[in-house]
Amino acid sequence: MNDAFDIRNMESHIEVHKFRGGAIVGATLLALMFQAFVPVYFAKAAMIDLPLLITIYFGLSRRNPSTGLLLGMVIGLLQDSLSGPTVPLGLYGIAKTVIGYLASSIGARLDTEHPAARFALTIIFFGLHQGIVLLTRRILLAQSSVWFTMHLAAAAVVNAIVAVFLFALLDHLRKS
Amino acid sequence: MPGIPSRHKSIFLLTGVVLLQVLLLALQIKRDSEGRLIRVWTVGAFSPFERAGNHGIGHLRETWRHYFALQNASRENEQLRHENDELKMQVNQLQSKAIEADRLALLLNFHKSHENVPMLGARVIATSAGTASATIMLDRGSKDHIKKNMGVITPEGVVGKVVEVYDSTSEVLLLTDKDSGVGAMLSSSRKQSPVGGAGEPLLVMKYVANDDTVNIGEHVVTSGMDKIFPRDLPIGTITDIKPGNPFKSIRIRPSADLERLEEVIVLLTLQPLQMNLEPETGKPSASVATKPAGETAKPSASAASKPAGEAVKSRTSGAAAKPAPATVTAAPVPASENAAAAVKPE
Repeated sequence: MNDAFDIRNMESHIEVHKFRGGAIVGATLLALMFQAFVPVYFAKAAMIDLPLLITIYFGLSRRNPSTGLLLGMVIGLLQDSLSGPTVPLGLYGIAKTVIGYLASSIGARLDTEHPAARFALTIIFFGLHQGIVLLTRRILLAQSSVWFTMHLAAAAVVNAIVAVFLFALLDHLRKS
Repeated sequence: MPGIPSRHKSIFLLTGVVLLQVLLLALQIKRDSEGRLIRVWTVGAFSPFERAGNHGIGHLRETWRHYFALQNASRENEQLRHENDELKMQVNQLQSKAIEADRLALLLNFHKSHENVPMLGARVIATSAGTASATIMLDRGSKDHIKKNMGVITPEGVVGKVVEVYDSTSEVLLLTDKDSGVGAMLSSSRKQSPVGGAGEPLLVMKYVANDDTVNIGEHVVTSGMDKIFPRDLPIGTITDIKPGNPFKSIRIRPSADLERLEEVIVLLTLQPLQMNLEPETGKPSASVATKPAGETAKPSASAASKPAGEAVKSRTSGAAAKPAPATVTAAPVPASENAAAAVKPE
């Protein structure tokens, strides 16, 4: 990962975190499973987008745009696959690819370890994610969707709160 | 990726990955009316270029055709112009022939409807040289058994009478000539009065008393009293009536177009005739309809009752006038030797 070294050289005060073996894969699969099964029993849990939070977290932590966007793509496509026949492959894939890229890029330049920063960034990325999904629906799929609802705003806040705690939990998977 | 700076690699990768997924989306989505989205996009992406290409090629082709490929245009243009002139001439000839055919058909119909009346079709080959008289020259003469004072008509009405006969031509004095005249009567009231020319396009009916009722638009027909024309041939229509002393001044528009005569019919007898006017003969039928039934019920004479010299078979000129078997009727009135005098009203 030459990119990572380049970034490290330029931004020497920002640390690139590495994770234990299988941590990224395991966290991703767990997040997808949670997203697929928990809302069946707790409908309100559907507003939490765990795959998105995983994408953001590993993007911010790995700080490598290439791996960030590829991870976002994989998570997004898996989420599309689990979302049923009404969601075409690529809908979340595109959104999470962009989020993965942006999170990695931002993580390489800013300190994203502080809970407040994580809260704010999660709200921003959640909004961006919804915006990309909505644009994809409107432009590519010719489906109508509303731009903003209070539910979305509440979901952004809830996801940001969950992200603060989830990211702290995931920090334990880092190699020290 | 060689040649791409490492810091931009991720942007290219992002673009590629996103495009790949967009493509993936397009492959899956099928719109109701337009088929798969990928097809819609492909068509949408290519059609502007196709249109532009088509437009450009069309322009190039037009430019080549109109500006560069003109080597033979001038020659071709000349040839086409020549062809156009020839075609115009042919069209004019055909139109003229069609009009002539119509006229001849009218003559033929008239002849067929009066098969018993000896008549001869003739072409007008000349008109009077001056305005002092109104005459026409026919292409038939004494060889064709035409004699002086024979009546000349068209299917529309009376034309005039033969005033000079030569070997192969004859001269006809038109009704509009101021020296011309014909025994006439009003078709409705049957009031008789000669009609003559006045040296102008309209005819004049001179001896109708002021007390007599005459209406504008009333038809004037031959009376048969001049021993030249059979009864009830149309002469014209009254167009103007003015009171006079002691007679009304009545002007009549001739039924036959005396200014545009090309073919006429010469009545080949000096015997007074009873025309068998039937509805299909056109204008004559109007006058027939006004005729009292009793007047048409005269006994018809057989052809044998005609003097031998006058029993000339029908002959025609051109396709219009074919010989036809006679079925009617010379009225049993002896030929008048001074028929010309009878025509003259004065």
